[in-house]
Amino acid sequence: MQKYSIFSLARNALSGHKNWTRAWKSPPLRDRYEVIIIGAGGHGLATAYYLAKEHGITDVAVLDRGWLGGGNIARNTVTIRSNYLRDESIPFYVKSVSLFEGLTKELNFNMMHSKRTMIDVVHNYPKMRELRRRQLTMDIYNSTYDNISTEEVRRRVPALTGGGPGSRLPVIGGMVHTDAGVNRHDAVAWGYARAADSHGVEMHEQTPVLSLIRGSDGAISGVQTSRGVVHAKKVVVAVSGHTTTLTETAGLRLPLRTMNLTAFVSEPVKPLVDVIVNCPDLGFYFSQSDKGEMVIGGAPDSGQSFRRDIKQHVFEDTVGAMLELFPSFKKLKLLRQWGGHLDITHDASPIMDETDVPGLFVTAGWWGGYKAIPAGGLTLAHHVATGRPHPLMEKFTVKRFKNLDFIMETGTTTAR
Amino acid sequence: MLLINCPFCGERNETEYVYGGPVSADRPDPTAVNDDEWIDYLTMVPNPVGPTHERWWHAKGCGDWFTLWRDTATHDIVKGPKK
Repeated sequence: MQKYSIFSLARNALSGHKNWTRAWKSPPLRDRYEVIIIGAGGHGLATAYYLAKEHGITDVAVLDRGWLGGGNIARNTVTIRSNYLRDESIPFYVKSVSLFEGLTKELNFNMMHSKRTMIDVVHNYPKMRELRRRQLTMDIYNSTYDNISTEEVRRRVPALTGGGPGSRLPVIGGMVHTDAGVNRHDAVAWGYARAADSHGVEMHEQTPVLSLIRGSDGAISGVQTSRGVVHAKKVVVAVSGHTTTLTETAGLRLPLRTMNLTAFVSEPVKPLVDVIVNCPDLGFYFSQSDKGEMVIGGAPDSGQSFRRDIKQHVFEDTVGAMLELFPSFKKLKLLRQWGGHLDITHDASPIMDETDVPGLFVTAGWWGGYKAIPAGGLTLAHHVATGRPHPLMEKFTVKRFKNLDFIMETGTTTAR
Repeated sequence: MLLINCPFCGERNETEYVYGGPVSADRPDPTAVNDDEWIDYLTMVPNPVGPTHERWWHAKGCGDWFTLWRDTATHDIVKGPKK
């Protein structure tokens, strides 16, 4: 792997930037691999990287129907945090946040990681009690969460001028999560891809998987792609919203529903908000990017959807609520809007497990899976390589539904 | 925004309605099915890329509950399969 540094930048600048090597190669597609990973997004690429680095499994192909890093890793709002509710979730996300913080160095790729506090702006007492309860559980696992007064919320977020006592949406207090941060989503995909490639992992773009193939023994034996059949004894499905579409081709049903989530960004403005603001009661959150754009996330559409765009009234509701609290945003122009479709399980916690089809692994049900990418890849690679679940993710099995052993999670932003 | 045809009020904006979840299988008699079938009923939801059957509630109108078929890929309200 070509090392990126100030010296390589200077050297390549002097030679007119003509001698950079490609970040990853494009070898021809073979018909057999040890492991196939479907989906060259965050979780797929991270799994490939940790398979190669931690377990020495390099005979891996990552297949993607479009281009690398073009799915939900390009459609999220880059919020990294660990303020979850359940004992099963918090240590997992704490690990993920710490891996994210070291990722620039580990992958030799600038993640533009920007650690910044997340402030929850709370509007009703039941929500405040729920967040205080989260705080007590998070204390056990060394994740930071603290209750602050309305005055302190306003001191830390001066742009929050609405939501006074006589308004429609009075603020009653807030919570502070100092572990949160944002970074650059493309860098995560490209960094993992480049590092995986240096270990010998192959990335194949424009290679849609049409169906999964099972052998006569019922175990997975490969995948049918548009470029022919590719065999592997182990197949990982990391395709976000289309998980059930793929697994149903192998006769496997999963308790997942696909929904569409809204996001949009404003024009760039001067630095105004230096924290991530989350309004759990109103269903929107935002942060200001390094470029100065407000990156705003909204609520999901009602009902299942694979459409990847946003509905006008969901968009208007989000903007309406935001202007109640941040009236100065009234003059902001919104530049882009988009939706991403993701699947949610019956209990709003993810599924990371080998399924009832031997050799078929699934990582799905990620509702805000961006923050989970490093830990998700690390733990799933452990399961794929060793056959045993990693302690951090062993509770996120698909079997928990059979035992009615649900992990009801409220820490996902919009699973309300 | 969807234009939803309420059987009583006619076509109204989606904002007048509340989504009431997918129409899944009828509730089986818990004593007559085995555990797997019961868990299936509790947790499984059809998740097709295409027409899906769902309930809607005309909450800000006549209050009627009804079902419709909607395509999850296009959001078009479509005709359901013939029974």
